[in-house]
Amino acid sequence: MNMALLPLTPNLLPLFVAIPLGSAFIVSLLGKKLRGFSDTFSNLATFSLFCFSLLSLLLIKRLGTVVYKVGGWIPPIGICMVLDSLTSFMLITVNLIAFLVTIYSISYMERYTDKWKFYTLFLLMLAGMNGVIVTGDLFNLFVFLEIGSISSYALVAYGVEHEELEASFKYTVMGSIASSFILLGIALLYSYTSSLNMADISRTLAQGKGSQVVFFVSVLFLMGFGLKAALVPFHAWLPDAHPSAPAPISAMLSGVLIKALGVYALARIFFNVLGMTAILSSILMVLGTVSMIVGVFLALGQWDFKRLLAYHSISQVGYVILGIGLGSPLGILGGLFHLFNHSVFKSLLFLNAGSVAYSIDTRNLQEMGGLKEKMPVTGNTCLMASMSIAGVPPFNGFWSKLIIIIACIQARHFVYAFWASLVSIMTLASFTKVQRYAFFGELKSKWTQIKEVPITMRLSMVVLSVICLFGGLLLIPGVQKNFLNLATQVLVNGNNYAQAVFGSLK
Amino acid sequence: MTLIVKTITRLTVGLILLYGIYIVTHGHLSPGGGFAGGVIIALSFVHLMLAFGKDLALKKLSESLASFFESFGAIMFLTIALLGFIGGYFFFNFVFKGKPFNLFSAGIIPLCNIAICLKVGAGLFAVFVALVLLSSTTQKGNK
Amino acid sequence: MIYLMCLILFSIGIYCILVKRNLIKIIIGIGIVEYAVNLFFILLGYRAGGRAPILDEKQVVQNMVDPLPQALILTAIVIGLAVTVLIVSIAVRIYEKYGTFDITKIRRLRG
Repeated sequence: MNMALLPLTPNLLPLFVAIPLGSAFIVSLLGKKLRGFSDTFSNLATFSLFCFSLLSLLLIKRLGTVVYKVGGWIPPIGICMVLDSLTSFMLITVNLIAFLVTIYSISYMERYTDKWKFYTLFLLMLAGMNGVIVTGDLFNLFVFLEIGSISSYALVAYGVEHEELEASFKYTVMGSIASSFILLGIALLYSYTSSLNMADISRTLAQGKGSQVVFFVSVLFLMGFGLKAALVPFHAWLPDAHPSAPAPISAMLSGVLIKALGVYALARIFFNVLGMTAILSSILMVLGTVSMIVGVFLALGQWDFKRLLAYHSISQVGYVILGIGLGSPLGILGGLFHLFNHSVFKSLLFLNAGSVAYSIDTRNLQEMGGLKEKMPVTGNTCLMASMSIAGVPPFNGFWSKLIIIIACIQARHFVYAFWASLVSIMTLASFTKVQRYAFFGELKSKWTQIKEVPITMRLSMVVLSVICLFGGLLLIPGVQKNFLNLATQVLVNGNNYAQAVFGSLK
Repeated sequence: MTLIVKTITRLTVGLILLYGIYIVTHGHLSPGGGFAGGVIIALSFVHLMLAFGKDLALKKLSESLASFFESFGAIMFLTIALLGFIGGYFFFNFVFKGKPFNLFSAGIIPLCNIAICLKVGAGLFAVFVALVLLSSTTQKGNK
Repeated sequence: MIYLMCLILFSIGIYCILVKRNLIKIIIGIGIVEYAVNLFFILLGYRAGGRAPILDEKQVVQNMVDPLPQALILTAIVIGLAVTVLIVSIAVRIYEKYGTFDITKIRRLRG
């Protein structure tokens, strides 16, 4: 094999799972003996993953949809890994945020004990997320979903204080019930189609008529994956779990875990495997709208910085589900673009909250004030992220929300468009409150001695805010055709998934 | 623990360990394999800890050695999977496969079973040790 | 008929998680739910008149029950074991910090 061309062959796909798994256990073996080893090795691992995810875009351009047969067994007998444009879009999102968060946690995690345990769990969570995105087999998706979820249950309880343990217990109980529902759905689907490969199930279901079993299975999947994605009747774990985690983990959980394990799996299964029907589409739109409204109204009364950000996560995921539930090409484009934007600005907001907590050791907004003079980098990046999430032009949040609202109006759902605009205005109100209390205003006398955060933390925040500023450029026609439109096409032409997979096998 | 429990433990713990190893190595011929065998091997050490107290069990297998075996088992499994690239695919069965139903056959499957047995056994024992040490430190702190 | 028994077991588990106030009883409820789902999956693979799916060199392959769910449930049982281990360690730590196993008294996070 020509070693220089190795990354650009289909052999790239297993590396997304093998590299974080291998690094996690090597860090676990050597991390406590050599100082500084866990930091450098984990950063090297996430950097290489980010480069490989960018290379996957080139690979798709060269080879079309790539199907990798694990172990040489031909699907549907064996497990396959599928790389199409939606996969590559999600891989870039997840690995970019993971790389920047690992850089941030070099300095932040000094405050906790045993950094090597943190990196082991973090890399295992990343392996789980990458596995969910890359796999083409339903039970394999369940196994990687569990790997990612169990690592996140342990990471929420990382600094073992009272509230963190209580939040982690609640999260674990609800998460394991959701996983049981998903396993029940997979069992019923296996008994109906006698296959576990997603492309094979899609082909079998397309030939038969829609039946009661498929509807029951889709309700079970909606409950299970909806809890992982924090849709509204299943959101109760999120406001406790996300603030209690250490700040880099909150950024990962809120920025990518609920998207990769929840929204991506939901979209892949509903569009490509089960087939989207009108009733499912309206259920998703209603749940999305209710999430938006409930999230923002509950966030208005919060005085804890990270709890407020967690409620806004529920609200913004509602936007993504509304966009994806519309089913039209413009709606799905808006939904996916908002998924990418939300990962960027929500991670940035949680990293800012972490920097504030690092300097002044509190999360209560009423005790802060005037921090902008002493912490200029944190203050400016937080201002940019707040304008992004509230939808102020020219930041990236504005473009994606505009596309979703236009798609609603185009599909003649004026009520949803009205609620989407109203929620956007209330998000702006909520973040104006955050900015006024935390960063502008009078500097309290007890905070006159604080300094800006260390260089690694500043670096991640600045890079994320630059992406926020220039994110709208992804909509320029030349760039959009290659990146976002391809991802949208995979979901819009849901029935082509089986043909694409079996066509690439020959 | 009473004299009866200690005597029976001394007689049977070796047999339990041997039975666990049998289940692991015959994983490709009869039911069992890595997970089940690993749990039985871990339970033989836990049996020792329940009957004689944690100091004797920790002398047989200390917690740092358990932690080492756990990571080593996982790395061995991943190495076997990556070596499959020799045959062209991740996880490919590249070792010479003998006649079916012999003990030395079926390629990489016995090696994977041994790796999983190390990981599961060491991991389960490490969890017990961690919980026992945690409760003993809290009791010392309360006194 | 036997699937109805699995559903009853599943409902008992969900009842335990929702109604009981002791942390350890909630953990046992999670165990019962996972047990019910695993049992359901294995029972799906039953073929009438089949025997255990173990290949032997002297016997001819005739009717066997479906072996694929059995391999999958082995993995699912180990995942359930991992969740149980994690949640028991968290419960032990909660007892150390709060001094009680009663969930109505472990309510510092509200709002």
